[in-house]
Amino acid sequence: MKAAVVVFPGSNCEHDSVHAWQQATGGCARLVWHEEETLGDADAVILPGGFAHGDYLRAGALCRFSRVMQAVRRAADDGLPVLGICNGFQILCEAGLLPGALGRNRGLRFVCQSVQVRTETSATAWTGDLAKGEVLTLPIAHGEGCFWLPPEEHRALVRRGGVVFRYTTTDGGEGGNPNGSLDGIAGVCNPAGNVVGLMPHPERAAEALLGGIDGGRILRSALRWVEQRVVLHG
Amino acid sequence: MKPKRYQAVIEVLLRPGVFDPQGQAVTAALHALGHDAVEDVRVGKLVRVMVSAENAEAARALAEQMCRELLANPVLENYQVRVEEAGVAH
Repeated sequence: MKAAVVVFPGSNCEHDSVHAWQQATGGCARLVWHEEETLGDADAVILPGGFAHGDYLRAGALCRFSRVMQAVRRAADDGLPVLGICNGFQILCEAGLLPGALGRNRGLRFVCQSVQVRTETSATAWTGDLAKGEVLTLPIAHGEGCFWLPPEEHRALVRRGGVVFRYTTTDGGEGGNPNGSLDGIAGVCNPAGNVVGLMPHPERAAEALLGGIDGGRILRSALRWVEQRVVLHG
Repeated sequence: MKPKRYQAVIEVLLRPGVFDPQGQAVTAALHALGHDAVEDVRVGKLVRVMVSAENAEAARALAEQMCRELLANPVLENYQVRVEEAGVAH
């Protein structure tokens, strides 16, 4: 199983993402520079964290014009698993591949800590190995992670099951929201479920030596999605 | 007709209802300086774009298109465009 990890000028989690993908899935991963036109023969796509294009104008805003984004859009349309982590989540929102936007943290501070998130759906490419309601511990590190949507769009998102993760307490209860995100939303998906974005960093929690393996289970979930896709579409 | 140079000044602000932590922090700082009259502060961006266009309306239409396509994120932000003539284009 091959993953393409897209690298923009200013990305800084691409090597962690490659390492974590290899550790978690046993597959291989290739870095793809943002000026490339294709993602090669990738089965899955990861947009890693960082400060792509210097976060100029708005975090993620300028990436839409990188050539590689046309290939990412095609991959998304074709049903491949696409994961946006932190800055990658911001990029997918700005590109219109995911709903919503990420504003400055409510407390104004850059937050760098471990958080608990509750899995709200197993019906995505990146949560198939998780049970609904399952609480994961993952690290976050961001200054602009406050998820926001206008009220009608928020209702529509919740109704279609588009909320993938919510910040929570260790027992899965209400609370634990580190950045003021609307409705405690930490991650969302597109209607087809193959494109997921989240603020926490699964690639930083993919081996026990580094303090946790919950993130590895997110990455590994993509394997099942790709296998099912192959069965369905040949 | 020769195109003219216009300066489009674009103000981008968070939409009403979107929490503005920067604005809140600046409000608190102004209060700390003794500016008790301050009720609310919103912090946004100002973008100046020099364009050549047939007339001011065309320049405004261009600037508004740029706002929709890139300069503002419609989920979070509103924009306002002001257009001024800036001399003859080279």
